[in-house]
Amino acid sequence: MDTLLQQLINGIVQGSIYALVALGYTMVYGIMGLINFAHGEVVMIGAMVAISALGALMALGLPMGLAAPLALAAAMLVCMGLGAGLERIAYRPLRNAPRLTPLITAIGMSIILQNLAMMIWSRNYLTFPSLIEKVSFEVAGAHFSNVQALIVVLAGLSMAGLLLLVYRTRLGMAMRATSQNLAVARLMGVDVDRVIAAAFIIGSAMGALAGFMVGAYYEIAHYQMGFMLGLKAFTAAVLGGIGNLAGAMLGGLLLGIIEALGAGYIGDLTGGFLGSHYQDIFAFVVLIGVLMFRPSGLLGEKTGERA
Amino acid sequence: MSEVLLEAREVSKRFGGVKALTGVSLTIRRGEIYGLIGPNGAGKTTFFNCLTGLYVPDGGGFVFDGQPLQADAPQKAAVRGIARTFQNIRLFPEMTALENVMVGRHVRTCAGVLGAMLRTRATQLEEARIRRRAEELLYYVGIADRAGDLARNLSYGDQRRLEIARALATEPRLLCLDEPAAGMNGAETEALKGLIDGIRQDGITVLLIEHDMKLVMGLCDRLAVLDYGQKICEDVPAVVQKDKRVIEAYLGEVPEDA
Amino acid sequence: MRHPILRALLRLSRHKALLLLGGGAILLALPFVAMLGGQAWVRILDLAILYVFLALGLNIVVGFAGLLDLGYIAFYAVGAYTWALLASPHFGLHLPFWVILPIGALLACLFGVLLGAPTLRLRGDYLAIVTLGFGEIIRIFLNNLNAPVNITNGPQGITLIDPVKFGAFSFSSRTEIFGYTLVGPQKYYFLLLALCVLVVGINYRLQHSRIGRAWQAIREDEIAAKAVGIDTRNMKLLAFAMGASFGGIAGGIYAAMQGFVSPESFSLIESIMVLAMVVLGGMGHIPGVILGAVLLAVLPEALRFAVLPVQQALFGKVLVDPESLRMLIFGLALVLVMRFRPQGLWPSPERKRELLAGQEGRT
Ligand SMILES: Nc1ncnc2c1ncn2[C@@H]1O[C@H](COP(=O)(O)OP(=O)(O)O)[C@@H](O)[C@H]1O
Ligand SMILES: [Mg+2]
Repeated sequence: MDTLLQQLINGIVQGSIYALVALGYTMVYGIMGLINFAHGEVVMIGAMVAISALGALMALGLPMGLAAPLALAAAMLVCMGLGAGLERIAYRPLRNAPRLTPLITAIGMSIILQNLAMMIWSRNYLTFPSLIEKVSFEVAGAHFSNVQALIVVLAGLSMAGLLLLVYRTRLGMAMRATSQNLAVARLMGVDVDRVIAAAFIIGSAMGALAGFMVGAYYEIAHYQMGFMLGLKAFTAAVLGGIGNLAGAMLGGLLLGIIEALGAGYIGDLTGGFLGSHYQDIFAFVVLIGVLMFRPSGLLGEKTGERA
Repeated sequence: MSEVLLEAREVSKRFGGVKALTGVSLTIRRGEIYGLIGPNGAGKTTFFNCLTGLYVPDGGGFVFDGQPLQADAPQKAAVRGIARTFQNIRLFPEMTALENVMVGRHVRTCAGVLGAMLRTRATQLEEARIRRRAEELLYYVGIADRAGDLARNLSYGDQRRLEIARALATEPRLLCLDEPAAGMNGAETEALKGLIDGIRQDGITVLLIEHDMKLVMGLCDRLAVLDYGQKICEDVPAVVQKDKRVIEAYLGEVPEDA
Repeated sequence: MRHPILRALLRLSRHKALLLLGGGAILLALPFVAMLGGQAWVRILDLAILYVFLALGLNIVVGFAGLLDLGYIAFYAVGAYTWALLASPHFGLHLPFWVILPIGALLACLFGVLLGAPTLRLRGDYLAIVTLGFGEIIRIFLNNLNAPVNITNGPQGITLIDPVKFGAFSFSSRTEIFGYTLVGPQKYYFLLLALCVLVVGINYRLQHSRIGRAWQAIREDEIAAKAVGIDTRNMKLLAFAMGASFGGIAGGIYAAMQGFVSPESFSLIESIMVLAMVVLGGMGHIPGVILGAVLLAVLPEALRFAVLPVQQALFGKVLVDPESLRMLIFGLALVLVMRFRPQGLWPSPERKRELLAGQEGRT
């Protein structure tokens, strides 16, 4: 019984990270119908920049309490620039191209970013310095650490911030209008270019935060870490209903929990035939299952194509 | 064989709060040209989409040639013998005019992968028949000289004709035309009139959505008028023209025939 | 009564016939020329031509039907492991090729149908993600199915795989012909060449058939395609399954040729590479796809030969290894081609005509 609670806790922590990344996918998809394949790479670069910044700041003798927020800020800034650049250079010129075109571009950008990161940060696993003294709590036989708690709280806060932005500001209104109907929004005077750029920038900032968290949580980073993470986060977005903000959050949490429970119990379920190294397949099974039975996702609306 | 080809029974369709169709029933007889008119947004195109399986109606249904239409898959409508054109032309833009019509032969031909790979005698013969029929149809609608041009390079009027040829290639018993004269000039419209009349003469029933009143009144045997998703009138043109509700529906709105 | 191939040749214009004969002669001579540089060069040729085969298989899916398959290499893996398991000491099975190859193709086809059936009715980009995920799942299974029951032998892979054999004629050993010694890779070259000619023929015939037209129609306007009665879902499934089968066959040959398979050979990047061959060459245009495949297959070798010495000479050390440079060039090529030449390097003549027409229109 204690494993159940333990896996739930682990799942929620991992799930909040998925949710953060999923928001990046879902915003861009909601507004312009593009799967930004390179988003996982943005997350990875967030983690990498954070490592470099932490190293530099600590070498300057800054205390961790100061270095960590600064490094996070640096990662977010770099990623926001990266997101804006991606949108401006790679995707904007293709806005009227057939569907496959931007998708292939996105794959190309993902490869480029991965290899650039490998050249800059080497192909080795990098250790992410531990940011705070780890304290572990125990509840009903399950353990959770202050790092885990911090991740969940930070993720929750930033998601709340995003919701405020989207539902309480002019920019948010423009974003919602654009995601309903881009052409009409433009006719009504919405600066669509700006809205799309904003979606990329905000998504990338949240991606950087997620990258930072992954690094801090697992204390490790690698130039290929963005790929799987991105794929799973996308799955989370689809699970919740792509294009839907609340859906991305729900989908992220659910996927995290499904994965954690699945990894915990797969051995029992298959009589020991499959072990926990099959953890990664859950996301895909979920993805295929959702697409089969409820392609619009949990919170998404069914939309018909207009003839 | 009964006189009725298509019967719509209480067809309803809504989009969120918009009631695009509310309990629309109508009856189309074999061999007639049946007009469907009404102001913009009245639900005419939605009616087509329900009939051809692009939308699933929320209520009601269709009986085609004595059998209910399974309105869940568009390709089934074509198999049953219902072909259509689209209000905003939907051709295969990167295929030639001839190839567009050849695609229309798909439902009435059967060559499979093996036949294609082995290029059997039967496949070759069928392919030749497809091509010949497509050429005939291009000639029939009057654009035989454009056969080798990509569809997207055709003039607007020719694209509309090509769409009709493609629909005819499926050997329909009911041909549904969604505003075929939109964007045509007077001479083109006149030629179109001749074309539609000829199609009917060949024994194909025609369901026609059109805003050009002269065309509708001159061509149709009977027509129905939709307004806000409801059928407000169904009769021969002479009667419909004088119907009070119809005049009200159109009041203030000049039918576009530009 | 003349032979049909001869008749077809006679129907060609003199210009084309010369081109065909010349090209054929070069293709036949190639492995002998390459042999002058050593067997390694012949192997590179073999791999290049195997990629041509793979790319033409994927072309049916991506180029003809317009479905973005990002997990194509998974079908290749299925074929390769089918061969490896049925013709190696791993299980002690040594079935003949004419049994294994169809099994591999069928199995790949089956996976294709199982994967495609639920997803092909959805929008295209979902398919991309699902196939990508499928590719990863296959790799995870290959990597881990060595315990508790050893099926795939895990990351170590399977060795000592049987070569292709027609009776006593093995493709891996040397053969004496007219006083010339043919080495294994040369023999595989001719086998692969024959397969390639076959798949080119199939591609070409499919494209100009009722089926090919239906695929193109779906690609250009799915709703219109449905309206004329095309069962779009079945047609897509057909393309997907066919592509998968070709992947399975290619995988089988690959396993036999290499004598060794491991999960590492079937990573996502391989899928993307085959896709890049199709896209960069010219989606749906057969000569373009062949060009793309040859270019991208030979590129890494060219890089290996050029990049290391040049860097050594310039900087005195190797700054960027050829592998990551290759990947960078890949990524850049994808982005740039999509931006400036979305129809590929060698698009079909109709499309090229269109591009030119568009330019005239602008000036
Ligand atoms: N796919 C759709 N989604 C939402 N609303 C739709 C859709 N299709 C049609 N409508 C609405 O249904 C009503 C009828 O439209 P339509 O059938 O196109 O009218 P008509 O063809 O008579 O001009 C309109 O109010 C239109 O906005
Ligand atoms: Mg309409």
